[in-house]
Amino acid sequence: MPFPFPPYNVVKDLSRSRLKYFQDAINVQVSMKLEMKDSPGQLVSVIQPISEIGGNILSVIHERDPAVKSDVLDVQILCEIPEGSLEPLLESFKQRGVSVLRIGEERLLVRRSVILIGHLIHTDISDTIGKIDSTGFAEVHALSMIMPAINEPSSTKMTIKSDSLANINRALDILRDVARQKEFLIIEPLEDV
Amino acid sequence: MRIAMLGLGSVGKGIARAILEQDLGLSLTAVADSKSGRIEPSGIDIASMLEQKERTGMCGTPGVGAADILASDAYDILIEVSPTNAETGEPALGYIREALSRGMSVVTSNKGPVALDYQSLHLLAKEHGAYLRYEATVCGAIPIMHTIESGLAGNTITKLYGVFNGTCNYILTRMAEEGLTYQQALLEARELGYAEADPTYDVKGIDAAIKLVILANAVWGMEKTLDDVEITGIDGVTTAAIALAEEQDLTIRLIGEIIPAEDVLRVSPRIIPKSHPLVVEETLNAVAIDTEMAGEITLIGKGAGSLETASAVISDLLFIRDCHGRRS
Ligand SMILES: NC(=O)c1ccc[n+]([C@@H]2O[C@H](COP(=O)([O-])OP(=O)(O)OC[C@H]3O[C@@H](n4cnc5c(N)ncnc54)[C@H](OP(=O)(O)O)[C@@H]3O)[C@@H](O)[C@H]2O)c1
Repeated sequence: MPFPFPPYNVVKDLSRSRLKYFQDAINVQVSMKLEMKDSPGQLVSVIQPISEIGGNILSVIHERDPAVKSDVLDVQILCEIPEGSLEPLLESFKQRGVSVLRIGEERLLVRRSVILIGHLIHTDISDTIGKIDSTGFAEVHALSMIMPAINEPSSTKMTIKSDSLANINRALDILRDVARQKEFLIIEPLEDV
Repeated sequence: MRIAMLGLGSVGKGIARAILEQDLGLSLTAVADSKSGRIEPSGIDIASMLEQKERTGMCGTPGVGAADILASDAYDILIEVSPTNAETGEPALGYIREALSRGMSVVTSNKGPVALDYQSLHLLAKEHGAYLRYEATVCGAIPIMHTIESGLAGNTITKLYGVFNGTCNYILTRMAEEGLTYQQALLEARELGYAEADPTYDVKGIDAAIKLVILANAVWGMEKTLDDVEITGIDGVTTAAIALAEEQDLTIRLIGEIIPAEDVLRVSPRIIPKSHPLVVEETLNAVAIDTEMAGEITLIGKGAGSLETASAVISDLLFIRDCHGRRS
C-alpha cells in the first residue's frame, strides 16, 4: 500500500504563507497530534483545513512502525495559525474524520514589518539588528533590502518577531531610538482601528 | 446679507463667482486685494469688478485697503481669504480680531490665524456675540467641521486621522503608480500647479500638522500649537520603499492622526493597505472620524481649488445666516 510519506519523514513549509506581516500578524504556533485513516491522500485532509484558515505548516512528522499493522496513521504537526482560528480548525478536522489526540502548548507569534530608509549598511547593520536581537524578547525575523545607487539611502523592509504585542512595541521603541541616532526614516504601518 | 472680502486670489475669485452666479441672497459690498480696494454699500457689480481685476491686477482703487473696509459699516460678515502666514498669522490675524471686536462674524480659509490663536479668537467672538468659522482651513471642500459639529452631534470623537495634504498625496500616488522618484514627482506636481515654488510646508508635513492643530483645538478644545505635533514629511520617502509596500498590496501615504486618549498628534508617512478608504488618488483629501456611536465615518473630497474652497466658505456663511440669524 502506498504511504503518503516514508517513515520518519519531516516535511517543512508545506503550504506557502499567505500571511501579511506589514499589518501586525498575530498568530499562534501550535503543535498537534492527529490520527487519521491510513489511506492514500489522507494528509490532504490535514493540510487543506490549515491552509483554508490562512495558516502555515511548519513541520509534519509522521511515525509509522512497519512491524505494527494498523489502519490508522498518527501525524505530529506543527503549524502557525491566525489567532482565534483554532476552534474552526478543530471543527474542520472533525468533519474530515481526523481525530485530534493531543494539542500541545500554544505560543503567540507577533510580527510587524516597518520600512527603514537610510544608510543602513554604512551605519553597521549588524549592530542595528543586534539591538533588537539582544533584548531577549524580540528578534529581527526578516530583512529585504533594495539597494540604491552608491551613496543613496537604501530602503529596507524589516520584520520583527516577538511573543506579544507589548514586546513588539518595546522593540519598536528601541528601533526608533536607533533610527534617530543613525538618521534613518522609519515608516510604520497604520494600526488597524 | 452684506459681505466684505479681504483677498481676491484663487479662493476669493471662486467666492465672488459663486455669489454672482448662484442666487444665494448674498451681496458683496466691499473687497480688497494687496494693492487696492472698493467699498460699495449698495452692492458691487461683481462681473465688472472681476474683469477689472483681470485686466489691471487691482480690484478697486489704490489707497483703499483692509483697514478702511473693516472700519466701514458696509458689511455684516467678513470673509478673510488673504495669504497664510504660519508664523505670525498676520496681517489676517489682525483683520479677524478687528472684525470680531466690532461684533462682526468672520469666515476664513486662512489656516494661520486659526492655528496660532484659536483660543483667544474664539473668546473674542463669544465676547462680542459674533461667529468665527473656518471650514475651509481643513480639507478644502470636505465639510469636516460641519460633519463633526452638526452631523455627529452627541458623539464623542475618539480619533481623527486622514490625508490632509493634496500635494503630498499627489507625489506619493505618482511615485507608486509610475515609479517616479520623489524629485520627479515633485517637479510634475509643480508643473501642474499642485505644489508651490517653495514646497517646504507641504512636503515636510507642516501644512498637514497645522490642520491637525486646528482640529485638535476646535474639536476637543485642546490648546495645541505646531510644536506639539510630531512631524515627519515625505521628502525622505524613496520609490523603493513604496515598491516594498506595494509588493504586498500596501502603499505609503502621509497620514495625520489625533488620538486624544493617547495624547497622539502626529503627521508621518505610513504603510497602509491599498484597499483602505484613506488611500485616495492624486490631490484628493480624506479624513476618517472614529466615534463611539456612529462608528467610523470617512469623508473624501477635494482639498483645494478655487470653487471647491469657495464651497466651504459659502457653507459657513450660510450657516451663520440661516441657522443662527443675524446677531445685531
Ligand atoms: N487655494 C486653495 O485651494 C486653498 C484651500 C484652502 C485654504 N486656502 C487658503 O485661503 C487663502 C487664500 O488662498 P488663495 O489660494 O486664494 O491665495 P492667493 O491666490 O495667493 O490670493 C491671495 C489674495 O490675497 C490678497 N492679499 C494679499 N495681501 C493682502 C492684504 N494685506 N489685504 C487684502 N488682501 C491681500 C492678494 O492680493 P493680490 O491679488 O493683489 O496679490 C490675493 O488677491 C490662503 O490663506 C490659503 O492658505 C487656499
